[in-house]
Amino acid sequence: MDGPVLELRGATVRYARASGGEGSAALAGVSLAVRAGECVAVVGPNGAGKTTLLRALLGHVPCAAGEALVLGRDARAWPRAALARVVGVVAQREEPAFPLTVREAVEMGRYPHVGAWRGFGAADHAAVAAAMRRADVADLGGRWADTLSGGEWQRVRIARALAQEPRALVLDEPTASLDVRHEMELFELVAGLAAHDGLAALVISHHINVAARFAGRLALLAGGRLVADDVPERVLEPARLEAVFGWPVAVQRLPDGAVQIYPERRPAPAAAGRGKP
Amino acid sequence: MRRPSGRAFGAGLAAAAVAAALLGIGLGAAHLGPRALLLALLRRGDPTAAGIVWSLRLPRVALGFVVGGVLAVAGAALQALVRNPLADPYLLGLSGGAGLGAVLALAAGVASAWALPAAAFGGALLAVVVVYRLALVAGGVLDSRILLLAGVVVSAFAGALVAGVLAVSEASQVKSATLWLMGGLGGVGWTGVLALALYSLPALAVVAAESRALDLLSLGEETAQHLGADVPRTKRRVYVAASLLAAASVAAAGMIGFVGLVVPHAVRLVRGHDHRTLLPAAFVLGGTFLVLADALARTLFAPLELPVGVVTAVIGVPIFALLLRRWTGRSSS
Repeated sequence: MDGPVLELRGATVRYARASGGEGSAALAGVSLAVRAGECVAVVGPNGAGKTTLLRALLGHVPCAAGEALVLGRDARAWPRAALARVVGVVAQREEPAFPLTVREAVEMGRYPHVGAWRGFGAADHAAVAAAMRRADVADLGGRWADTLSGGEWQRVRIARALAQEPRALVLDEPTASLDVRHEMELFELVAGLAAHDGLAALVISHHINVAARFAGRLALLAGGRLVADDVPERVLEPARLEAVFGWPVAVQRLPDGAVQIYPERRPAPAAAGRGKP
Repeated sequence: MRRPSGRAFGAGLAAAAVAAALLGIGLGAAHLGPRALLLALLRRGDPTAAGIVWSLRLPRVALGFVVGGVLAVAGAALQALVRNPLADPYLLGLSGGAGLGAVLALAAGVASAWALPAAAFGGALLAVVVVYRLALVAGGVLDSRILLLAGVVVSAFAGALVAGVLAVSEASQVKSATLWLMGGLGGVGWTGVLALALYSLPALAVVAAESRALDLLSLGEETAQHLGADVPRTKRRVYVAASLLAAASVAAAGMIGFVGLVVPHAVRLVRGHDHRTLLPAAFVLGGTFLVLADALARTLFAPLELPVGVVTAVIGVPIFALLLRRWTGRSSS
């Protein structure tokens, strides 16, 4: 079997403090590998290091210890355009400064391939068309991007990433503001891109239940450390989740076999206004 | 809105540019009809008319075309760079810095068409650095609105220094510098056109090479990086190139506003935001616009001549208001 497309090996990341000197580790000795055909979801509480993990993986921050590898090569050694031909990223936030059409947006996915001067060739147009079909936005080509719904816009951005013809797809909170249907559709698409199209997919998400239904593996981060990295039913254990999230959590298995969690209500205080003993 | 095909758009632009050039050559204190104009261009017929055309009108039209084009390209590039449709060399303080640099050079007795742009370039670069620093200090991270505010502040500061320098300079220098600062295309001649062209060409080439990076940057810096752009390098190059463009145009023709703001928007509305089309089209339309504005400036109150910056502002502001309305109405249509 081929080596991982995306890999962290004992990666530690420290951010400089505003007051000078090194802060505590935002990421501490994390090892994680995503291979072709796998869909891995990174979950964990706020401040667990999910975004830092992504930045380290893409070579945007240096590792103080360990390494971040893309196709076995140091992520920071990749030239930007070459990296963009291997990894497609759908970042958390994006606001185009000028109105553009859906087709124009997707065509920008070919820029790492065409460079500064070359015009679009048949292969580029074919890649754009295929990407738009795969992400189910082929009918939206002439629409202005700012008239799309949140779910449509996210699919357009995935189409743009697919037009890069990458080996890996990285998504940061792709369903943060989507309703149930669009969230399910989007995870279905990403899981399918891993399972059927052979991409290595890494999704950062707050939505543990949806991630658990679609991802082959969950990577649970807490305090910069990787607490668990396994199939969802082995990661989602009540005691571990309670320790990580600081809140009592129950786990339930759905009829289709998927494991889901729900936070429990804490018992109400016996009487209001009573001080602690 | 349907976009015209590339070929129709290009043909329309070229026709407009040629028409503007002919108008610019024909109009003025001595009006030349189509026939007299043609004869003068061929150096036949009346030698006085040929002299006017070749040594006065043609260099003036050429200068206007290049200055307008250069300002429009600088505006288009800066708008993508700072992700704000209101960016332009004037609002970002580049022109103010260039004006200060040029006035300091004039006060020091340097007036050559070759040295003046270099001094203006120094001033423009200094202004960019100060504006950028100010914006960073104010917000911690770079906010394009604060950047524009910093640009206005630096412009005002440069303007005050210019006034101060002129006040303590000798009378003859003050008069020429004041006239030149108001913006005008007269009295430059072929040497000035050549100097402007030679200073602008490398900067235009640099901006052109960053066309696709500018497309990506208008999506935001993070996304641009994910799509393969080297964002810090692009920003460095385009800021320096835009400073050089602003400096060369200010040194040649003084302060002319609204070309860099209005012209790129007109092209964006008609042809979209692909900088490989936008930049060359903005150059041609900017040149056309300024040549026409100058023809108006010369004829409206002839024999008196308006500063061309007055005409660009009077034409530019209403057009800008119109474009803004159409732009904001587009999403709902």
